[in-house]
Amino acid sequence: MKKLLTVSILGVAMAAGTAQARDYDHVRIGVDVPYEPMEYRGADGELTGFDIDLGNALCAEIGVTCEWIEQEWDGIIPGLLARNYDAIMSSMSINEERRQTVLFSDSYITIPGAWFAPAGSEIEEISEETLTDKSIGVQRGTTFDSYVTDNYSGVASISRYSTADDMVLDLQAQRLDIVFLEFIVGQATLLDAHEDQFQVVGEMVSEPEEYFGEGFGIAFRQRDTALAERFNEALATLKEDGTYDEIYQRYFGDE
Amino acid sequence: MPDISLWFQELLAGNVIFTPTTLGYYWDGLVTTVQLVFLSLVAGLVLAVPLAIGRSSRHRWISLPIYLYTYVFRGTPLLIQLYIIYYGVVFFDGIQQTFLWPLLREAFYPALIAFTLNTAAYTTEIFRGAIKATPRGEIEAARAYGMSDALMMRRIILPSAFRRALPAYGNEVIFMLHASAIASVVTLMDLTGAARFVYARFYAPFEAFLFVAAIYLCLTFSILYFFRWLEKRLLAHLRPQG
Amino acid sequence: MLDLHGYGPRLLEGAGVTLQLAVLSLALAILLGLLTASARMSRHWPLRQLATLYTTLIRGVPDLVLMMLLFFGGQMALNVVTDALYDRFGVDWYVNLNAFAAGVITIGFIFGAYMGETFRGAFMAVEHGQIEAGKAYGMTPWLVFRRIRFPQMMRHALPGLSNNWMVLLKTTALVSVIGLSDMVRVAAEASRATHEPFTFLIPVAAVYLLIASVSEWLFARLQKRYNVGFGGH
Repeated sequence: MKKLLTVSILGVAMAAGTAQARDYDHVRIGVDVPYEPMEYRGADGELTGFDIDLGNALCAEIGVTCEWIEQEWDGIIPGLLARNYDAIMSSMSINEERRQTVLFSDSYITIPGAWFAPAGSEIEEISEETLTDKSIGVQRGTTFDSYVTDNYSGVASISRYSTADDMVLDLQAQRLDIVFLEFIVGQATLLDAHEDQFQVVGEMVSEPEEYFGEGFGIAFRQRDTALAERFNEALATLKEDGTYDEIYQRYFGDE
Repeated sequence: MPDISLWFQELLAGNVIFTPTTLGYYWDGLVTTVQLVFLSLVAGLVLAVPLAIGRSSRHRWISLPIYLYTYVFRGTPLLIQLYIIYYGVVFFDGIQQTFLWPLLREAFYPALIAFTLNTAAYTTEIFRGAIKATPRGEIEAARAYGMSDALMMRRIILPSAFRRALPAYGNEVIFMLHASAIASVVTLMDLTGAARFVYARFYAPFEAFLFVAAIYLCLTFSILYFFRWLEKRLLAHLRPQG
Repeated sequence: MLDLHGYGPRLLEGAGVTLQLAVLSLALAILLGLLTASARMSRHWPLRQLATLYTTLIRGVPDLVLMMLLFFGGQMALNVVTDALYDRFGVDWYVNLNAFAAGVITIGFIFGAYMGETFRGAFMAVEHGQIEAGKAYGMTPWLVFRRIRFPQMMRHALPGLSNNWMVLLKTTALVSVIGLSDMVRVAAEASRATHEPFTFLIPVAAVYLLIASVSEWLFARLQKRYNVGFGGH
């Protein structure tokens, strides 16, 4: 009996050497909802958005089934590491800090950030002077948080929120003077939803590279190189055969 | 020995989390937490004394509303009270135009109001218990001296009730310190808020939260020892004389 | 009638989460409390020290900080273990520490420390002579515990137990911060979406009051039962 146990443990240990590259036939993807139009629930309660449609198309191309698991932004990387899901596709910017912890796919879209303020705000451009003594809202742990913290924490007060919804509410309530987030998200939640109440301030922000440069990527655990490779190949295929453009048109068509 | 110092140097060099910047966040957080807790405790205490006297009144139209207030505030989570005040004030039409808005706009003041009302409710009940426990002999002696009700309250009942309430009030102070951690939910950068920020930026839960837990632990023990010392001084007359 | 804007069913679900969470953590807290109380009265020095350390540390740190430490850090710690299992032995096993489990474990762990103090006081209040008498009758230690110490201890522990339960119930609201959809979280979400905070937060507060009042009544009845034979305590 003891011998059998030893042999089987040895066998398992040897098998482990080759089992590194696990084959997935079911991929669970973590996503932080709502973040319209990237990921949100439609009126029918179904998950939808650019990330969701592209993710589903990628999974179909690879030949795996996809499952979307909702997770708040604060805990989205730990959740991946803890294998609550196998990938993150949730408007996550690729940057050096995150690369220490996770493995990114190729960038699948680049979307600039933008500043939004109530219509008629006295802030007309973005600089240290105009932001002095203002309150800025950002989502905690995002690249926008890092950027604002590193550049304006000396002059302005920064409020950090768990969800974009909370932040929008406090902007409406006039607790915040200005918020900084992805342009298209601000467009959907602020400009489209409340016409004439809000405006974009200053230029779109896609620099410096260390914060915004590389666009959004799908994040994997660092060991899952094979899985990331499969997603990269599928992404290239979808870009070639026009599926990517079709999905892009669906959400950003009129620009 | 050189091994250890080398190891320590490497630890500091490889350390990206506890930089002067993040330590600055923790320091600001400590200041915010202490301010918030201290101010709400002082305001709560000021409210609680008259409320406790009213709560001990024989007239039901005085004691009943106060009882309802303490029942509701002690029976519901502080988090809900904070939400109601933080979100609630926003939806009073035109509040943004009043003189109160510059205060209510900051997350600090709604949090301060919620914490004050909460601790006042608990403190009221602590004092009421202490007032009720006044030995009958003391009251009779005061009456025999011909003291009025107000004088008796001021000279006899309250001073001895304060002393009796001291241990329970010490617990309430520690409770408020711990409860104040939820201030970070409404964007306040208190100690817990600083820890959440550091965690979200560096994905380092152990460093971020263990460090802040250690700070809270030190604060808790300081409060504990302060109240022990206070009790020793104020209750000295009750100790058996040697 | 109250218009809940279609959030009614989710609020009800949230109330269910709150109740389940409270009852499960209470069970864990009582278990840990009994263990801690026994350890603190143990003959073995390390056990006593360990229990003292546990009660002191836990009671010195805010619930929310402990909860975040466990929810965010616990996942990473488990991950180190399960990754090692996978690398060394190819065992593809992982523990999914979801927000509910993290909530139950943290709240149970925190209140275990408070329960430990309550039970210790109560155990010490049981007359030693009765335990000796039980032993003299040839009862095993387990039987002494079950027939003599536990029932009498409960009588002394009930007021503290009831108090701990009330605090625990309110502490469950904190799980909404780490992402669990209890009734507080649903209510907060609904308030933001509809801009009607009072419509949702006040009924939820009322549910807490209701649970508290019902438990108060239940504890009063229990106290009466355990006081049988002690007339008018």
